[in-house]
Amino acid sequence: MPLDTVWPEGIVHQVPYWVFQRADVLAREQEVIFRGACWHYLCLEAEIPNNGDYRTTQLGELPVVVARDAEGVVHAFENRCAHRGALIALEDGGNTKDFTCVYHAWRYDMAGNLKGVAFRNGIAGKGGMPKDFRLEDNCPRKLRVAMFCGLVFGTLSAETPELEAYLGPEITTRIRRVLNGRTPEVLGRFTQALPNNWKLYTENVRDSYHASLLHLFFTTFEVNRLTQKGGLIVSESGGNHVSWSAIEEGAAGAEYAQQQIRSDSDYRLADPSLLHGFQEFGDTCTLQILSVFPTFVLQQIQNCIAVRQVVPRAVDRTDLHWTYLGFAEDTPEQRIMRLKQCNLVGAAGFVSMEDGCVGGFVQRGSAGAADQQAVLRMGGHDALSSDTRATEASVRGFWKAYRAATGL
Amino acid sequence: MLGEIANFQAAYARCLDDEKLEAWPDFFLADAVYRVTTADNYRRGLQAGLIWANSRAMLADRTSALREANIYERHAYRHILGLPLVEMQADGAARAETPFMVARIMRDGTTDLFATGRYLDIFARDDAGALKLRERVVVCDSSRIDTLLAIPL
Repeated sequence: MPLDTVWPEGIVHQVPYWVFQRADVLAREQEVIFRGACWHYLCLEAEIPNNGDYRTTQLGELPVVVARDAEGVVHAFENRCAHRGALIALEDGGNTKDFTCVYHAWRYDMAGNLKGVAFRNGIAGKGGMPKDFRLEDNCPRKLRVAMFCGLVFGTLSAETPELEAYLGPEITTRIRRVLNGRTPEVLGRFTQALPNNWKLYTENVRDSYHASLLHLFFTTFEVNRLTQKGGLIVSESGGNHVSWSAIEEGAAGAEYAQQQIRSDSDYRLADPSLLHGFQEFGDTCTLQILSVFPTFVLQQIQNCIAVRQVVPRAVDRTDLHWTYLGFAEDTPEQRIMRLKQCNLVGAAGFVSMEDGCVGGFVQRGSAGAADQQAVLRMGGHDALSSDTRATEASVRGFWKAYRAATGL
Repeated sequence: MLGEIANFQAAYARCLDDEKLEAWPDFFLADAVYRVTTADNYRRGLQAGLIWANSRAMLADRTSALREANIYERHAYRHILGLPLVEMQADGAARAETPFMVARIMRDGTTDLFATGRYLDIFARDDAGALKLRERVVVCDSSRIDTLLAIPL
């Protein structure tokens, strides 16, 4: 059914606020983005290392089981019993030989195939399933699964291009830079409940313009300044991006002083060991924020590595799942540094706590302004890569991919 | 000792609820460990924290970051602490487990149950004989933090 919308075709530098406010828009997104032709991050291979391991996750509102079978093959399927629709797996994860729905004990294998129906032949010759009932005709929907550098992605759609083509060469190179050739270990998992529409967070991740303006901690310690060497890569689809910055000796802060921006202060740390990271990648890049349309983020801030998964819960509520990573190859000192630098990110992060509230400020600020629009004109009107981060090109890229996916 | 620890906990809660953040690091020894995590991470032995510090100076840095750098909407906490369960150690230190509930009061008056959990503490005395935290692991019962965690728990 066409939605009643006003948004001039092809425009990505103006975004109407109704897109963050309407239940019918979210319903469309669930259908064509979350259950549509997009790859969605499901979990890490490192979270299901052994045969029989599983995790539960979400494709938007759709609950999903990711499981490794007895031969080591990873499957993903809808966490919905084919009988009456109850959740099949109730835990966040574990190890099992099979799954049995608690409601009527229908049993599934690790690929989501129905293997057993309680009292299928009735009791004492009475009741039971009809003769034409076939197990193989009854199973939850199965996802296509693809893995890259230990990241497990899934999609319900047969139309989704192969994962590496979907990611594109710029993105695969930079995922490899962080994850390749090492054995990730989960250091911790946290969920941040955001008081805003999910797209206000996916915009925020791609917004290289705000980073050094909202997040003072970053700027003062020269972890990140727009005046540092850095750049922005936007994929051809617009939906995937990389924002990076690198140490450049003698980078000037004069632009900040001239603008009288809050980001210039005399603030110093009493225990600066937090910022004494180690060389890990063989380059000078201290920050690489990478996103994959619609909801995946891989973050490297110094030695703090994390994946983030965005799950919409309602029009104005979003779960942000953080998984902090180390590697089996870490020395004890390196591991301590990662744990220290986890202070930079997450719900209490020195450089990210503001992202928890700023989406809510937009949600509330624009509450009576469905017919008004956000302005995304920094750096022009297109969604192209650039050698400056004083641009909103990757936010426009998100909207380019979004409009293509949703038809809005 | 029980009375002294109970008094310490009450003073700690009042310090945070009165937003005297500059005084908060004084509850810890110079090389103290302070970590905020969740019951799920704690049960699995996962080491990362929402906050992770292994020095009092890192706690002072958190205070100054909250004052000078971080942006968040004005709010306050009200800690309600349960009774500490205290276990004396051979070396004179004491382990204590104290349950807490924290309400968050936003500037518009909205009051929510923000966190429940327990403090897993190791108490010791500083050179002057004052009771201090050698370690505090704040284990939140829920894996979910609403919006952000600015003021410490």
